[in-house]
Amino acid sequence: MNGLLVLEDGSAWRGEAIGRPGTRFGEIVFNTAMSGYQEVLTDPSYAGQIVVMTAAHIGNYGVRADEAESADVHVSGFVARDFPERWSGTGGERSLAGYLDEAGVLGLHGLDTRALVKRIRTEGAMRAGISTEFDRPEDLLQKVLSSPGMVGSDLALAVSAPEISVSPASGVEQFHVAAIDYGMKRNIVRLLNAAHCRVTVFPASSTAEAILAARPDGIFLSNGPGDPAALAGPIRQIERLIPERPIFGICLGHQLLGLALGGKTFKLKFGHRGANHPVADVVTGAVAITSQNHGFAVDPDRLPPEIVPTHRNLNDGTLEGFRHATLPILAAQFHPESAPGPRDSYGLFHDFVRSMREAEEGVSRMPAASSPPASSPTHS
Amino acid sequence: MPRRTDIESILVIGSGPIVIGQASEFDYSGTQAVRALRKEGYRVILVNSNPATIMTDPELADATYVEPLTPEYLELIVEKERPDAILPTVGGQTALNLALALADRGILDKWSVKLIGANEHAVRLAEDRELFKQAMLEIGAHVPRSGTARSREEAEAIVAKIGLPVVIRPSFTLGGSGGGWARTREEFEANIAFGLSESPVHEVLIEESVEGWKEFELEVMRDTADNVIIICSIENFDAMGVHTGDSITVAPQMTLSDRQYQEMRDEAKAVIRKIGVDTGGSNIQFAVDPVSGRRVVIEMNPRVSRSSALASKATGFPIAKIAALLAVGYLLDEIPNDITKKTPACFEPSLDYVVVKIPRWAFEKFPRADTRLSIQMKSVGEAMAIGRTFAEAMGKAIRSLEIGRDGLDDGRGPMTREELLAGLRVPTWERIFHLRRAFVSGMSLEEIAKHTRIDPWFLDAVRRMVEEEVGLRGRRVEDLTREDLRRAKRLGLSDRSMGRALDCDEAAVREARRRTGVLPVYKTIDTCAAEFEAETPYFYSTYEDENESIRTDRKKIVVLGGGPNRIGQGIEFDYCCVHACYALSEAGFETVMINCNPETVSTDYDTSDRLYFEPLTFEDVSAVLDNERPDGVLVQFGGQTPLKLARSLEAAGYPIMGTSPESIDLAEDRGRFGKLLGRLGLRAPEHAEARTGEEALEAARRIGYPIMVRPSYVLGGRAMAVVFDDAHLTRYMASARESSPEHPVLIDRFLDDAFEYDVDALSDGKDTWIGGIQQHIEEAGIHSGDSFSVLPAWKVGPEQLAEIREATRRLAVALQVRGLMNIQFATQGKTLYVLEVNPRASRTVPFVSKAIGVPMARAAALLAAGRSLASLGLPEERDPVDFFIKAPVFPFKKFPGEDTLLGPEMKSTGEVMAISPRFGDAFAKACAAVGTHLPTEGRAFLTVNPYDKTSLLPIARELADLKFALCATEGTAAALAAAGIPAERVLKVNEGHPNAVEEMRAGRIQLVINTPLGGASHYDEAAIRAAALALGIPCLTTLSASAAAVEGIRALQEERTGVASLQEYHRD
Repeated sequence: MNGLLVLEDGSAWRGEAIGRPGTRFGEIVFNTAMSGYQEVLTDPSYAGQIVVMTAAHIGNYGVRADEAESADVHVSGFVARDFPERWSGTGGERSLAGYLDEAGVLGLHGLDTRALVKRIRTEGAMRAGISTEFDRPEDLLQKVLSSPGMVGSDLALAVSAPEISVSPASGVEQFHVAAIDYGMKRNIVRLLNAAHCRVTVFPASSTAEAILAARPDGIFLSNGPGDPAALAGPIRQIERLIPERPIFGICLGHQLLGLALGGKTFKLKFGHRGANHPVADVVTGAVAITSQNHGFAVDPDRLPPEIVPTHRNLNDGTLEGFRHATLPILAAQFHPESAPGPRDSYGLFHDFVRSMREAEEGVSRMPAASSPPASSPTHS
Repeated sequence: MPRRTDIESILVIGSGPIVIGQASEFDYSGTQAVRALRKEGYRVILVNSNPATIMTDPELADATYVEPLTPEYLELIVEKERPDAILPTVGGQTALNLALALADRGILDKWSVKLIGANEHAVRLAEDRELFKQAMLEIGAHVPRSGTARSREEAEAIVAKIGLPVVIRPSFTLGGSGGGWARTREEFEANIAFGLSESPVHEVLIEESVEGWKEFELEVMRDTADNVIIICSIENFDAMGVHTGDSITVAPQMTLSDRQYQEMRDEAKAVIRKIGVDTGGSNIQFAVDPVSGRRVVIEMNPRVSRSSALASKATGFPIAKIAALLAVGYLLDEIPNDITKKTPACFEPSLDYVVVKIPRWAFEKFPRADTRLSIQMKSVGEAMAIGRTFAEAMGKAIRSLEIGRDGLDDGRGPMTREELLAGLRVPTWERIFHLRRAFVSGMSLEEIAKHTRIDPWFLDAVRRMVEEEVGLRGRRVEDLTREDLRRAKRLGLSDRSMGRALDCDEAAVREARRRTGVLPVYKTIDTCAAEFEAETPYFYSTYEDENESIRTDRKKIVVLGGGPNRIGQGIEFDYCCVHACYALSEAGFETVMINCNPETVSTDYDTSDRLYFEPLTFEDVSAVLDNERPDGVLVQFGGQTPLKLARSLEAAGYPIMGTSPESIDLAEDRGRFGKLLGRLGLRAPEHAEARTGEEALEAARRIGYPIMVRPSYVLGGRAMAVVFDDAHLTRYMASARESSPEHPVLIDRFLDDAFEYDVDALSDGKDTWIGGIQQHIEEAGIHSGDSFSVLPAWKVGPEQLAEIREATRRLAVALQVRGLMNIQFATQGKTLYVLEVNPRASRTVPFVSKAIGVPMARAAALLAAGRSLASLGLPEERDPVDFFIKAPVFPFKKFPGEDTLLGPEMKSTGEVMAISPRFGDAFAKACAAVGTHLPTEGRAFLTVNPYDKTSLLPIARELADLKFALCATEGTAAALAAAGIPAERVLKVNEGHPNAVEEMRAGRIQLVINTPLGGASHYDEAAIRAAALALGIPCLTTLSASAAAVEGIRALQEERTGVASLQEYHRD
């Protein structure tokens, strides 16, 4: 089955299609992680995106029920150099092609994905269309140009859980966390549970009152897709939560916290998506290799004074994390929960737990105290 | 953190001669480390006994010691140089073991020398299997159940608990030497005895078998701030049970899910922290049960390894260089990524291609060796290939091997089911070809997976390759569409294998591809999967749309490399290629390197201006040349590999530079060359060519036995032999025609009692400059690569030297040499013979260059590029004042049962150089450097053939004079007695007890002189040589070597040896 990919810049790419035939649109982005395609497919942060995996072969170990990061496949389209038909003998339950088909997702392979990635790198992430129905690039381009872009997109509201749900702590419950789901990955809940936290998951549209009414010890702001600046409603609720409880935000949650605290976000040219980005703890200098997936970032040059940078990306110097100068508020732009990618930064979840403990004990925040090295082995 | 200021000078220990399990990868790592440390302002002292290395180039380090890698000589160097620190992690197991030995002897404390890179504790923890196991259990990692034994009894007790099958691994050995599987009682008993004797500490680990599990390796780096990164993951195509050095390996790992991979990654971090490798690189091996997913840690190397070299080339991340910088205190995030320049080295490379490494074996050299692959490494080299898919990389890897295979089809046709099953179940070098045969025979993937334990994912890729190739059968090349051709190329099929399937030649496939525009493009190795712009031009070919290798308009020269290491073609040629690149770059050319050997300096991305990691076949090389359109192509530096391509490249219109392929061919063509010698008034031993057994017998009658026979156009004396009678000749002809059917067999008169010389010279076709005339220490008949040799010549008159010089000049002009030339001469009495002329780089170029202090390969590159000899400003020709001795190193221990007797077939894997103002001291050093320690007292056992009995007498007298007790077999003892030299009679093996071998085992013999009768070795002699090998007793098989050894022993008794750097030897 032939497939066609057309980018907003007019470039056309032909390959072989797998999965569900049809036509899909989305923002084209690339991810440099060499494993973890299933986590990528099911990460709600990829909603509205056509994801190009840079690794040569994708699908090698098949698909496993327990390696999904949400109930659904969220990408609009999936592209790689090669989707092999056969998967490895260890643990795989089914083929990637079958999984995509069932999820209604179209995949494209056999094309020069490296050239495609270089195009995205130089031209920036842009709108694209992927299709088995169009043969003439001009026709598909017309449709691409009329599809919505990512700036101003409030996709988070669409992928958020519609209902409140509760996930119990492992072992003895120590804290209760209210997690606002903007497109949350399962591993975040798993890690909070493992840190003895009961997690109540709230829809992205929940009000501060509703959340506080559940009497959480701390509030977690999840990852998610789209433009943080388009989420005016959730940002207002976060502003009201800030003085109330310890808060920890990841990725979109980090951006929303930044906005709620008076910072600004901007769109990166082609974003950070992969599992090999070095992030330094600005206080200790310790470097963690991190999992990343974001197209927007908090502008480090326009931070309000109460935001103290804690993490910096060593590749491009972008802001990777901050805390509040006086309040128990932490945020990470990268994905300490990994899945996929390194688990060097699990320690941040323990930092969050500690902030809840300190709040409970009435310990005043010590502005100068830094988090321990994120890569500290005692946390992993 | 800035670099350490508490140290100013650092001693870097190299890895010594090339041996199986430790090859040129440590020249790559040592060279990178020395460069990096020197650039940081440290005084760098280097020691390595291997002259064929870039690292021992005198301009690289501040002080370069080409001395034996033994604790005794290391101590002399430490005492003299007083380094502040030793970096032992870039010289393989040899360097680590030496560092430990220095620590044990208190030398480090005595001279206040620190170990950097890895501390003593970490090395011991990683190397001692019992301590390592304990450490792993403490961090919660799984290890195979095991126990350590120091005796057969202890071994029995362990097996009683674990049960068979088990793996037996001797402690502290290279490349798993002495290890083996034991599935049965018999195997267990044999392997325990061998393993205990192989371990320098007489200790073996007996381990639960994890045969058939999936095998992975992670290359890990850590800095002093405890930042840990994984540079590369490697997955073995062959399941556990085959040494990773003998396995086809793939990077990055292909079949683990992210969760499985991250668990392994976490464990790797925990391992390096637990072992306590503070800085630098380590390699950690894991096995994963394909059924349960259970993962065990197999081992860890707390140093740069062969896999690190592979990982460096596979990712573009220079592990050795970074390891050296970390060792002096830098942090990973303080070091920039060379490739992107903008991002730091503290990251984990992402690959958008697949790398396949495939080993190169030399079983053709060791016909009695067991060719089954097991946990003891047997390969002598490797090729690496890069493709955008696994299939493409695999196809390229196979044709990089230069074993006459252009794809998965070995041309041997079908086999019986039993043969095929055996071929699948038992891992051998041929198994990859049996996979194709199995698919073609209709065997299912599941069944193949069951027999081979190869992961179905890999097998499916192989299946796609096979189906594509088989699908071409019966079709006509003219009918193939662009899509057909592109699909086949993308699955790694070579033009040649497609041609075979299509029943047309390679050229027709190439033509069809050109017609339809199916041409390779070149992609960059950039460490980051195109996320950032790459500055470094390091390329591989693939069949895609965008070409990233844009040619520049600079004047450019392509240097063809030497391909995978093998016996007869190794690091020496890489050394020459690297020097050619350096010289031409300095002369203003853009240099372009093509090679496929990951263990080399030539494939470092900063050796040439542009690097293409490609197979050295006509198809792949010509495609690069089409892309680069160079002003010249140099074929004379990489050994036989590029020479084989010279004619076809020239015929296709590519500009070969330097000595013409016509001259190279002329020198190889016995008939034409004989005529040339005649015109020049030179003489070759009487010779003939034969294509059939009858022709050979006829020639032998004319020339007279003994004769030397060999196929034409070979390197390293492959399939050479000295033949004494008709029967042997008939047998030889039958097998030679199998190994090289298209070429005739060359027959030469064998010169007995002759001396042999190796001459390396430079010429521009008019003037000639002779670098050195080495004399072989052994008589003619032993392959020059296997001979001890000495520079300057030690036993030859000035007239003969003058005659050699004159002959060299005449030959250089006659052959219109432009660049390097090597000539082998022999003198028998007063007569000079020309044995062989090679108008190209030879194995001895680095040795001679280091002995005379002139980098000849650099000069040769400029000559090839058109410069005149006069313009190069070379110093006057002259012999060195000191004695430089070259000694070979053999792999016999890896091939039990193989006779150690030397002959015209080259068997050595590497060489050392030893230097001293005195011949005897140099010889003793050379012996020490190859691990043969000449005794200074004891009992010498003499058993020589009848021809040698007279010549033995002065040697025996000298030994007696040196207070050695003498013993001899009956005939030899009688000859000695007749000359008034007392010698105790010793029984031959078949004469009763206690016989010679038993005496050796009992420690009553310290030196053996055994000159064989020649031809097929007698049982008795072979048993003596085997015992000497196993017991480490020096065993001399020629009288000239015996005489040299006696001088060496005298030197050891009388003189105190010393060390000096190359810089000191050449100071003037």
